[in-house]
Formats: sequence, structure tokens, C-alpha cells
Amino acid sequence: MQQTEFLNVVLPFKDKLYRLAKRLLVSKEEAEDATQEILLKLWSKNKMMTGYNNVEAYAMMMTKNFCLDRLKSKQAGNLKLVHSNYKDENVSIQTQIEVSDSLSWIEKIMEELPEQQKMVLQLRDVEQYEFEEIADLLGMNTTAVRVALSRARKTVREKLVQKHNYGIQ
Amino acid sequence: MEFNNIEKLLERYFEATTTVAEEEMLRAYFTREDIPPHLKRHAPMFQYFSVAKEERFTKQVPLKPRNKSYIKWISVAAVSVLVFGIYFGRSYQEQREAEYAYQETKKALSLLATNLGKGTEKVAYLREFEETKQKIYNKN
Repeated sequence: MQQTEFLNVVLPFKDKLYRLAKRLLVSKEEAEDATQEILLKLWSKNKMMTGYNNVEAYAMMMTKNFCLDRLKSKQAGNLKLVHSNYKDENVSIQTQIEVSDSLSWIEKIMEELPEQQKMVLQLRDVEQYEFEEIADLLGMNTTAVRVALSRARKTVREKLVQKHNYGIQ
Repeated sequence: MEFNNIEKLLERYFEATTTVAEEEMLRAYFTREDIPPHLKRHAPMFQYFSVAKEERFTKQVPLKPRNKSYIKWISVAAVSVLVFGIYFGRSYQEQREAEYAYQETKKALSLLATNLGKGTEKVAYLREFEETKQKIYNKN
């Protein structure tokens, strides 16, 4: 497989890899590094890639595993990265001012979720994966995915309401 | 107008029983400006998901050209050819030398054999001489 061909295969889902990595690792730089690492790994075994019928699912799985490993080693090294630069693109300017606050809340709320719920919420509500795909990716059954998703959504709702009330009082 | 519908969808959304298409409807609904106040608190969540999807990976990935590994393999092949060449070339030369030595030895041996033949001829004369001498002795 040539370089351009590889890029064409990777192009449709490289942003998804990045967004998943960013959801898990939070920091933009770390997510970029992780995505680059995954793409290089894919490139180094791109002969095998033609054998996989779903390269995207494979790459997502690699990203998930890579990020979880990263997190584990980071916790072991007792290193915590606090990060808060986020981008709100595609929001019209007048709504941006009122909305950006609540949007950054949600980002923070999602950071506080357990990793599994984080991933489920990311894959479902941001990337619109089907339950079966999420179940395959995370090695869960679909019922467990539904439960985790429901919990994650409810947690986000509750915390959002809480923050909203603080704001009013 | 469709509040009831949206409310029902929302309820099912939080139970995680909505389909991808239904969730798409919810997202589309909450990007609108005219959301009734009691639903407005859900809006940021859906707006955030739409915004989050816009994030792009912009870093350039330095993909190394794969020719590099070809060069590696070519060098390996060249080295092996060289080693085999030296090995077989040397054994060929050894064989030639051995053949040459064999020919030389053969020549030397055949030379020896002819000279030995000449010697035995002479010895045959000597024997005849001895026999006659013996006859003469016996007569006396």
C-alpha cells in the first residue's frame, strides 16, 4: 500500500481517533501524540491492514487500548495533567458567549465520568456508533453498554442541573 | 407542537433506548433557537456533542517512506550473495588446484614408472648373465 492510498484509508476516521484519545487523555498534546502513534503503528503494519475488513474499528480499538495504557502508567507515575483548553468551533458568535460556559461545563462533567462511561458517551453521542459496534470495541455486551450510557447521560444531566442552580443562586 | 414527542424521546434518551436516528433528531431539535424553557436545560448537552464532533486532528504525521526497508533487504541480499560468492569461488579454486596437483603427480608417477620399466629391463639382462654364469659354474 502506498502512502497516498494509506492516507485515503485513514482520512475518514483519524479525527475520530483523535477525539476518542482527547476524551480519555484530556490534554490536546497528549491526544495528538497518541493519535500520531496509532497512525504510525497502522502504517508500519499496513500490509496486514488490507486483511482487516474494518480498519476503523481496529484503529479505534488500538486507540482505546493505547490511551488506557497511558492513563495507567500515568497514574502509576503519579503524574496528573490538568488541562482546560478546548475549542468551540462552529457556534455562531452571539450564541457562543452564552453557550460556551455551559459547553465547557459539560466537557468538565465528562472528564469526571469513569473511563468506561466516558468512552460509551463519546462513541455514542459524539460519533454515533451503534450499540453493537460499541460493545465490540469495548468488549462488553450491548445491555452493559446501554446501562453505562444511561448512567453517563443521567450523570451529565444531574451535574448540569446542579451547576445551573449554583449559577442562579 | 412536537413537545410531547421530544419529551418522550428525551425520556427514552436518558434510558438509552433511543436509536441513532432518534438521537440525531434530538440534536437537531436542540440547535434551534425556540426551545421551550422547561427543555432548555438539556440544550447545552446536545449542543456540546455537536461541537465536540467538529474537533479535528490537524497534526501532520511523518510517515516514513517504505523504500527504507527495501534498501535494508537489498543490502542483506547483496551481503549474502557476496559471502556465497567468496565461499563457492574459493572452493572452485581449491578444486582446480587439486586437479592440477593430481595431474602433476600423475605425470611424475608415470615418469617414475617408465624409468622403473627401464630398470627392470636392465635387471632382466643381469639375470640372464647370472644364469649363464651359474651354468658355467655347474659345468666345472
